[in-house]
Amino acid sequence: MKLAGILMIALLAAPFAATASEEHVKLDRMPADVNPNDVVSLQRGAQVFVNYCMGCHSAGYMRYNRLTDLGLTEQQIRDNLIFSSAKVGELMTIAMSVKDAKEWFGAPPPDLSVIARSRSSGAGTGADWLYTYLRSFYRDSSRPSGWNNQLFPNVGMPHVLYGLQGEQALKTEEVLIPSGSGKKEDARKVEVTKLVLEKRGAMSPAEYDRMVADLVNFLSYVAEPSRHFRQQLGIYVLMFLGVMFVLAYALKKEFWKDVH
Amino acid sequence: MAAAEKPPVTVTWAGPLNEPVGCVLTWVDQRFPMMSLWRDHLAEYYAPKNFNFWYYFGSLAMVVLVLQIATGIFLVMHYKPDAALAFASVEYIMRDVPGGWLIRYMHSTGASAFFIVIYLHMFRGLMYGSYRKPRELIWIFGMLIYLCLMAEAFFGYLLPWGQMSYWGAQVIVNLFDALPIIGHDLSLWIRGDYVVSDATLNRFFSFHVIAIPLVLLGLVSAHIMALHEVGSNNPDGVEIKKVKDPKTGHPVDGIPFHPYYTVKDTLGVVVFAIVFCVIMFFMPELGGYFLEYNNFIPANPLQTPSHIAPVWYFTPFYSILRATTEDFMWVLALGLVAYSALLIGTLRAQALRIAVAAIAAVLLAGFFTIDAKVWGVVLMGVSTLIFFLLPWLDQSPVKSIRYKGMLCKSVLAAFVIVFLVLGYFGTQPVTTGGTLISQVGTLLYFAFFLLMPWYTRMDKTKPEPQRVTW
Repeated sequence: MKLAGILMIALLAAPFAATASEEHVKLDRMPADVNPNDVVSLQRGAQVFVNYCMGCHSAGYMRYNRLTDLGLTEQQIRDNLIFSSAKVGELMTIAMSVKDAKEWFGAPPPDLSVIARSRSSGAGTGADWLYTYLRSFYRDSSRPSGWNNQLFPNVGMPHVLYGLQGEQALKTEEVLIPSGSGKKEDARKVEVTKLVLEKRGAMSPAEYDRMVADLVNFLSYVAEPSRHFRQQLGIYVLMFLGVMFVLAYALKKEFWKDVH
Repeated sequence: MAAAEKPPVTVTWAGPLNEPVGCVLTWVDQRFPMMSLWRDHLAEYYAPKNFNFWYYFGSLAMVVLVLQIATGIFLVMHYKPDAALAFASVEYIMRDVPGGWLIRYMHSTGASAFFIVIYLHMFRGLMYGSYRKPRELIWIFGMLIYLCLMAEAFFGYLLPWGQMSYWGAQVIVNLFDALPIIGHDLSLWIRGDYVVSDATLNRFFSFHVIAIPLVLLGLVSAHIMALHEVGSNNPDGVEIKKVKDPKTGHPVDGIPFHPYYTVKDTLGVVVFAIVFCVIMFFMPELGGYFLEYNNFIPANPLQTPSHIAPVWYFTPFYSILRATTEDFMWVLALGLVAYSALLIGTLRAQALRIAVAAIAAVLLAGFFTIDAKVWGVVLMGVSTLIFFLLPWLDQSPVKSIRYKGMLCKSVLAAFVIVFLVLGYFGTQPVTTGGTLISQVGTLLYFAFFLLMPWYTRMDKTKPEPQRVTW
């Protein structure tokens, strides 16, 4: 029986023993103070999204009026977030055709409704990936768009936010990694690439990072608008089940007391 | 014809409704075997009183089956089995259908929960010898249910039409392509197209919502009818029917299923619901194991993902498939020769010995003339089907692990570890080390079954008690 108990625990723990991913890229983490329930951050993210992303990317499974979740009224959504002739109850689609998009960028810009969920991996959450990605563009004259990305090499998308961030360049540095023995001659030389801001944009790096974090916060919300409610409801359901547990346990004890 | 003469049903509780309720029950009972069904399967079905933790999973499997059917009905109301609409319709359920996200998560969490419950239920059978005589048919029906469940999960997984849905189906259907002669036509027939497409989605939908559930329900009935015919096993593996109360004729160590196990299983269901809800409400993807992240990308027939992994419950068998490489055939050949030698040395009848030698020779010839990929598919199939043979492979004089010796206990523990290790490497991309470990795991996996007649006989068992320990 003891053996059985151990096996049981092992069996239950198995899914947690490792993460289901093969990616080994190092992702920057989303700032911890970005709260998925912070409506101000989400509203700002929504504003950036409709201004900068929706030129090319749709969020085609999301309806504009769902953004009332973010503390906005339908009138506010109409006035500030809808730039097309779309009605407030319609899906957040775009006018660019797939055919044109393929011609212009090589691949159609993906719909971003669930991008934050699909980019999750063992390396980090989808939000971490997006946060890193949007801060990893650099100038590369060999690319048709003039831009490349450290996280997503040879990406088709140009750096849409460069006016805000400025222009980064990819620099290669040689770094000495000290060996375990501590001797200088044992140290290994390693080439490290890093991004350097060469031309400032409209925002300081800190401001830019914050703006990206808000945008990613919004994309995470869009990926699963019911998440907040799901977690709230979960707590009530568990409280109910806690009461059920006490009742079921008492019922079992009562019935079983005459089993000898 | 007048209604069958049966004594009126007596209602055992007192109250103002006593008489009308009794009348209605009598009316029904004279036309339908209601009271005898109630007695045979609940009120007077005597189950051993010493059921432990492991005996919750039978009723839990039933609960999950009902949950999957109920949530499935609501999903079908909103889902569109069309390659152009399927992915969007799932997101429509997640966003626009009131409560849709809850129904969908119940169904997706329920799918994995079903396999967890069934694996634990099967493990219980392995531990306490529940497949042994006279319960062979219960085990066989149970195994058929397990196969149906795998088919059900496989067909259902295509429906969200994400990248993993698509490419997972593509990989598995392509396995049939490897079979000699008929392979190509067979895989074409399954897909209904040259690649997984709208035609495939429609037929998988049909199988998922109609064909397999019907078979599943029939098999579950057969499983329970067979169980109630012979009676439940218990952690001691002794038959409670051997010791009966001379006055009542009921087993002394048995208690009526209702109310004792109905209240106990209710407690089990509540605890299960708590675990289930923690996952469903707070981590529905469970780190990419219950909902794979790649499946949030719509299926793209032109873009193969770099790493295609089936959902976790298939991965032990997927590992066996991938372990069967060209080089591994030599190891398998060696194992086959050794095993036939063992069989020939043990069997007494000359005809059987010749048959074993002949089969081994044919297989051996096949190992080196037919592609290793085909043998991978064969081994994967055999690895699931071999469970059917357990009732006859186990030759131990005792049923329960409690009275088996260290040998059997260690072998079972090793099997569980091998199963988990194979499962883990099945989720990972192919590496040299991983393949080597999977190959060792594959050998051990089959050794567990094929050597069972020998090690169960060699094992030093303890004497079984006359009655259950309590």
